[in-house]
Amino acid sequence: MTESSVNKLLNGDSCRRTSNGLKTSKNGFVKNHCLLQQPHKYRRPRDKNPNVPHNPSLYKKPFVESFEETPLMVAVLTYMGYGILTIFGYLRDFLRQWNIEKRHIARERDEQKDFVPLYQDFENFYNRNLYIRIRDNWNRPVCSVPGPKMDLIERSTPNYNWTFEYTGRVLKDVLNLGSYNYLGFAENKGPCADAAIEATQAYGVGVGSTRCEMGNLDIHEELEQLVARFLGVESSMAFGMGFATNSMNIPALTGKGCLILSDELNHASLVLGARLSSSTIRVFKHNNMQSLEKLLRDAIVHGQPRTHRPWKKILIVVEGIYSMEGSIVRLPEIIALKKHYKAYLYLDEAHSIGALGPNGKGVVDYFGLDPKDVDIMMGTFTKSFGAAGGYIGGKKELIDYLRCHSHSAVYATSMSPPVAQQIITSMKIIMGEDGTTLGADRLRQLHENTTYFRRKLHDMGLIIYGNEDSPVIPMMLYMPAKIGAFGRQMLKKNIGIVGVGFPATPIIESRARFCVSAAHTREMLNTVTRTKFPRIQSNYSPIQRALTEE
Amino acid sequence: MNFKNLREYLAWLYYQYLLITGIYVLEPWEKSIFNSILFSVIAMVIYTSYVFVPIHVRLALEFFTRMFGGQPESTMTLMT
Repeated sequence: MTESSVNKLLNGDSCRRTSNGLKTSKNGFVKNHCLLQQPHKYRRPRDKNPNVPHNPSLYKKPFVESFEETPLMVAVLTYMGYGILTIFGYLRDFLRQWNIEKRHIARERDEQKDFVPLYQDFENFYNRNLYIRIRDNWNRPVCSVPGPKMDLIERSTPNYNWTFEYTGRVLKDVLNLGSYNYLGFAENKGPCADAAIEATQAYGVGVGSTRCEMGNLDIHEELEQLVARFLGVESSMAFGMGFATNSMNIPALTGKGCLILSDELNHASLVLGARLSSSTIRVFKHNNMQSLEKLLRDAIVHGQPRTHRPWKKILIVVEGIYSMEGSIVRLPEIIALKKHYKAYLYLDEAHSIGALGPNGKGVVDYFGLDPKDVDIMMGTFTKSFGAAGGYIGGKKELIDYLRCHSHSAVYATSMSPPVAQQIITSMKIIMGEDGTTLGADRLRQLHENTTYFRRKLHDMGLIIYGNEDSPVIPMMLYMPAKIGAFGRQMLKKNIGIVGVGFPATPIIESRARFCVSAAHTREMLNTVTRTKFPRIQSNYSPIQRALTEE
Repeated sequence: MNFKNLREYLAWLYYQYLLITGIYVLEPWEKSIFNSILFSVIAMVIYTSYVFVPIHVRLALEFFTRMFGGQPESTMTLMT
């Protein structure tokens, strides 16, 4: 029997079409009712571009992200470099073991020799043989406001970074490309600082109790109402520490019998919170909607692992901007998926609140979506507001529940009053309620700086990751020696940058991460791009090289 | 990048070599060990190729010419 006659028998009419236009297969059933389905063609892995959104109608403006592949030669040379350093690492460990060389590193005592060795794994090997050699690029003491320019205390090391000493000099006006100062609110003069001083004089600095006991000040209530108005949600709650907001509230929301679907590159606080909650955790590929949809379908079809009962809750945990990649979450597609499969969404806007969107209201504003679609909107005040702490916004029932059941609300000290006042003032400036256009100016300046800096770096032929609109700009360095060299050379030219290496990124993808700020002027950005980058980083990008060869 | 003289260009090349092999992070005595080992290996390679490569090339050329040079003779004998 042919396929068409089978269809006629089962369906009555010939070649019946289903509602979304898919043809019925042999038995008249439609397989693969996927919402965001790829066409059934075999694609060579190189042709597949997971960065192209499959439903472009959901996006109001073009979503341009690029994660260029590591060039083959670079990957080979990076592995070779790591191999050479590993050999020298073994040599130095040998010398240390046999007391030929003086030992500075933590080691076991003689009495512990019969126990399981403590320092033999790869992380410790990497730490003592590579990280310590280039460790002078991190933990540099800052002795001024970390605004667009800062002062660093100069250090010298007599024994190759095992110990540091202060030389007594202070490096003044080092250009700061590492602080998360997106809107430039890290300043010690101006309306925010004055308001914070008044709050200190009214309330003092310490609160001395938790929110549930005696630590609930009226400034906290004012802050929470303001945050709820800013985000466009019914109610919100503020916590003293951003990391604790994630790690202490996810356990209050999910528990055993719930499923958490979290992105591959989620922050440690989200991972910790998910693990503390003792829910089942499944990981989907970074920003990949097909992977997420597949996991959702499997979860709904198969249920919990052994009993096959339905999951109590399915929570999708994503971030607004991923700080190591500079990528923005595909929020319209996730919301479509969430509504279709009836899951819940937890959005961590640590880096995107205040930095994205025409009004600075985060990634929801950037895509032009309704804030009521996101069930739990979480964010921090550390990055764009120049303060410290975190918030969670959502429906009133949710926030009332969290006020009683969150570990952070019950056990952690509440936010300090000057910090809360700083947030209130800066949020009013961003919303424009203080009567000036300072907020709108800063948002526009941040956007201009981001576009300008990204374009300049791209024109120089460097490989830049991430979305065109994200103010976090990771520039790929790949080789381990370049992280150290780049940091030191930049400091010689009075520019402070952050280099990121192995435990935070995959081992061959080391990078330098620039955080553009609204307080940077075009002059400052030009100073950076005019430095002799090519001395360290040659023209890797094959796309750019193809363009310059024409 | 414009180099004023050869010296600056050589310094840049050495710097790139240090960065790419990862030697840049090592202490000076480790750099000397690695450079001396690499230099001696390269010197041995150059010496061996100087001594042996002309002889091998000549022998290979002789082998191939004998194989193809001898061919017309054998086909002639087959035809007659």
